[in-house]
Amino acid sequence: MSAQLGSALGRVLGKGSAHSGVHHWSVQRGTALALIVLLPWLIGSALLLPDFSYDSVRGWIGGSWTAVGLCLVVPILCWHSQLGVQVVIEDYVHHDGVKTAALLLVRAAHVVLAVAGVIAVLRITLGSAG
Amino acid sequence: MVELTLPKESRINSQGRVFPAPEGAKKPRTFRIYRFDPDSGENPRVDSYTIDMAACGPMVLDALIKIKNEVDPTLSFRRSCREGICGSCAMNIDGVNTLACTRACEDIGKADVKIYPLPHMPVVKDLIPDLTQFYAQYAAVKPWLISRTPAPPDRERLQSKEDQEKIDRPSACILCACCSTSCPSYWWNSDRYLGPAALLAAYRWIIDSRDEATGERLDELEDPFKLYRCHTIMNCTEACPKDLNPARAIASIKRMIAERQH
Repeated sequence: MSAQLGSALGRVLGKGSAHSGVHHWSVQRGTALALIVLLPWLIGSALLLPDFSYDSVRGWIGGSWTAVGLCLVVPILCWHSQLGVQVVIEDYVHHDGVKTAALLLVRAAHVVLAVAGVIAVLRITLGSAG
Repeated sequence: MVELTLPKESRINSQGRVFPAPEGAKKPRTFRIYRFDPDSGENPRVDSYTIDMAACGPMVLDALIKIKNEVDPTLSFRRSCREGICGSCAMNIDGVNTLACTRACEDIGKADVKIYPLPHMPVVKDLIPDLTQFYAQYAAVKPWLISRTPAPPDRERLQSKEDQEKIDRPSACILCACCSTSCPSYWWNSDRYLGPAALLAAYRWIIDSRDEATGERLDELEDPFKLYRCHTIMNCTEACPKDLNPARAIASIKRMIAERQH
């Protein structure tokens, strides 16, 4: 109960302002805008394929413009998703240790996903996938 | 983790008392009201009061006052102006935060009228929430004019009509707490998120043409929790009994902070 002995204003002012948050806010919106443009283009182009067999999909990914699109979409999608999941964790996880661990884990998982995705696209488009 | 259920001692786990309609009631209507007495050591309960609306004023506050005067004097609630300007009688009526004095019983349909205190606040007694933290959050945004330029010695600080109109609506906030206590972000993080009411007050001073602390005010608000816990859920604007728009004010603050980056 010792925390309740201080003044309410003291508790509200707390540790002051972090002077951050606008970067997170603007990147979340920037990535959302980019995805609004890129995702319909990629999905539309995939739907134009004659069929979804392994060879035709692989050929589609290997196309220069598709590869450029995918190499943009994968990291941007991961970035956007990481920012969103971060907010969910900050909203609902109140235990400091668990929160820090979850935030680190989520960030790491998204970086790994983004790197793996880009490398997969590059291997296909540059023809080194065996 | 965030607490999604009430603590054991705050749950409603017993049958409330029932006060039947008076004999010869022409228009009986039942009010199911949250009751909690901290001195009793008992859990909260919901009592049912059936009163005759033919002998009662039209608003929910009229019904509450009638119940307190004629049926059960132990019922506790705040009220003062009974015309929507003091903000005292804010409570959760029929699932929506609003003022009991401006909510007409007839608008609630035919079902029983359910009345609870403002959500997710500590309850002092019955329909009285503890708003200490809420008021501290208001104080934290320095809701007063900050100016380095001394006021003219012979007259007030002038403001154009257009500039006055910008603060006209945000100034109409009566601090009833309907907005903040309707906000899920405020429910989960009210220890760090300032909430829509305090942010609307901050906005009112940020856009005041006479105020010279706009930069400092924005600096103080630029924080992942103080400001950016707002996820544009819009419950605040939906709940406001004065038809104000805290959600838009918060969005404007975010925009101003983004604009000064470039």
